[in-house]
Amino acid sequence: MADETTNQGIPAPEGESDIIDTEYEIGQDNIETQIGPFGVDIHNPVFLVSGLVIVAFVFYALALPEQAGTFFNWLRPAVTSNFDWFFFGAADLFVLFCLFLIVSPWGSVRLGGNEATPDYTYLGWFAMLFAAGMGIGLMFYGVSEPMSHFSTAFGGTAVPEGGGARTDWAPLGAAAGNEAEAVRLGMAATIFHWGLHPWAIYAIVALALALFTYNKGLPLTIRSAFYPIFGERVWGWTGHIIDILAVFATLFGLATSLGFGATQANAGLNELFGVPTGATTEVVLISVITAIALISVLRGLDGGVKVLSEINMGLAFLLLIFVLLVGPTVAILTGFASSLMAYVEYLPALSNPIGREDVNFSQGWTAFYWAWWISWSPFVGMFIARVSRGRTVREFLICVLLIPSLVCVLWMSVFGGTAIHQVITDGFTGAQDASLELKLFKMLGELPLSGITSFVGIVLVVVFFVTSSDSGSLVIDTITAGGKVDAPVPQRVFWCIFEGAVAIVLLLGGGLAALQAMVISTGLPFTVVLLLMCWAIFRGLLTEAR
Amino acid sequence: MYSKIMVPVDLTHADRLERALQLASDLAHLYNAEVIFVGVTSPQPSKVAHNPQEFAAKLDAFASGQAAKRNMTASGHAVVSHDPAVDLDKTLIKACSDTGAELIVMASHVPNVSDYLFHAHGGRVAEKAPVSVLVVRES
Repeated sequence: MADETTNQGIPAPEGESDIIDTEYEIGQDNIETQIGPFGVDIHNPVFLVSGLVIVAFVFYALALPEQAGTFFNWLRPAVTSNFDWFFFGAADLFVLFCLFLIVSPWGSVRLGGNEATPDYTYLGWFAMLFAAGMGIGLMFYGVSEPMSHFSTAFGGTAVPEGGGARTDWAPLGAAAGNEAEAVRLGMAATIFHWGLHPWAIYAIVALALALFTYNKGLPLTIRSAFYPIFGERVWGWTGHIIDILAVFATLFGLATSLGFGATQANAGLNELFGVPTGATTEVVLISVITAIALISVLRGLDGGVKVLSEINMGLAFLLLIFVLLVGPTVAILTGFASSLMAYVEYLPALSNPIGREDVNFSQGWTAFYWAWWISWSPFVGMFIARVSRGRTVREFLICVLLIPSLVCVLWMSVFGGTAIHQVITDGFTGAQDASLELKLFKMLGELPLSGITSFVGIVLVVVFFVTSSDSGSLVIDTITAGGKVDAPVPQRVFWCIFEGAVAIVLLLGGGLAALQAMVISTGLPFTVVLLLMCWAIFRGLLTEAR
Repeated sequence: MYSKIMVPVDLTHADRLERALQLASDLAHLYNAEVIFVGVTSPQPSKVAHNPQEFAAKLDAFASGQAAKRNMTASGHAVVSHDPAVDLDKTLIKACSDTGAELIVMASHVPNVSDYLFHAHGGRVAEKAPVSVLVVRES
């Protein structure tokens, strides 16, 4: 860590901060050249190695689909069931660490120096971090997950004859036959997966990167957060590997989601407008999403990503208010309070890492989710870091951890609560019986103006994909340019198209499921990375002016 | 005719601006004008500087160096942009009105086929700026 004497010559950012005096100069390992007519400025070897490894894995999945499928579909459950205790313990630690920082004196450290002013307004900032963080998931799981946990909890526990592990998928001890308790447990379990824990995972990565970028003056790339641990070695192969892994997880995470998302959006379009399902429609959908993302990429952070995020935030809010008002308003509002209380009540039991009896739920749902959020964290965390300069650590954590968690509680209460209410009160089981991608539309179908709301739902799905795709391209480009945020624009265009192309190739050739399983498996090494980041944040904050 | 001449500079590649710098200096002497060097940086650390403050200090140093070397009056004007790769032109045009410059002297590369897809900054600034723009081919 640098001390006062080594800082001479480098003005601190706005107000005091503790700049790290490193020999490394941003872009020193970059290749700056012309490829055809296009100027490029890329990190050697991160750009080349990550690009080649991605192509190699795509070929592997296409050439040996069965072998790849068998291997990764074995690997993913093996990781989440053997290391569930590790994921649980780590995720709990991340939440506690974030909550500790909020109330600790280090909460007043400001990202960018103690007189820095925020780059974005609360609204623009919040819209961007939410759209990148989980917008798309809320569209697909807002109805289906509360419904699923409610049903399994209501169904009670099942133990095979002669004993052994439980075969049911209910959370904790279930609530056999008790409708009211099954609703509470179902909502608590859903909020558990979308509340404090995932946002704490994102917050750790984002805070580490923001701190080491804005206060320590290191490049905006994943390896910078490891400076306190590896010192100057982060600029060598240790750092290259960290960055390559991050690019790898981000690109495959985005491409496989895009592939599956196209399949799901296609099913929705088929249900609503009779659009034929099949590879052609899906390829068209991926191309359209990629094309809109390209326009957004070319318009930049403020003119593209931010504008789209705000539009989507506004649309999602309107849809939420609409369902709240025309749906069972009183039941939803009381449900919100009751879900929140149920979450607080069940949180200790749900987050308990050891001695769990609900193995299917804790391994198949929770550990799966934790691995999934963690594998997404380099992408979302880096994007959040990019837009969070000027906030204090306390303000940052409240806005990245507590407020999104509350918004998720509200969202799940409105969408899940309405669907469950339809089952319990009206006896309508359409949403309960429908496939994952149709549950939202079935629920909306029971409410007035369903044609309009379903259309809004599809627009939201598409635009959330676009915001993931364009912010993902920005992140990958920055990492593969060695932390340069002003590398030539054609590079972002390349990553955006590459991601769409990988999605189309995997969709047509098979291998989406296998590679998605692989991405989730990367959650395991990244958990170690995140634990190290907690240590780095602590070390980094110690030397900052409070 | 002109009292303030704005010269956008990329501090990373200041060595590639020789012709634009010379022309700006010649015009400054001709009209007895002040030269304002405008630099755009991101809030994130870059090759040039760890933070916008250091960037501003380096730009000021560059301006003083040029003033001494070419015997003219010059100052630096640093601007922070969230996404300089995309928003450079917009930022420069805003800097032009903020500084009250009446002429922009700007270096630019020789156009090639990529300019059909990704416009050159010099061209875009010339198209949109409210003042005269002298685009100088560096190579």
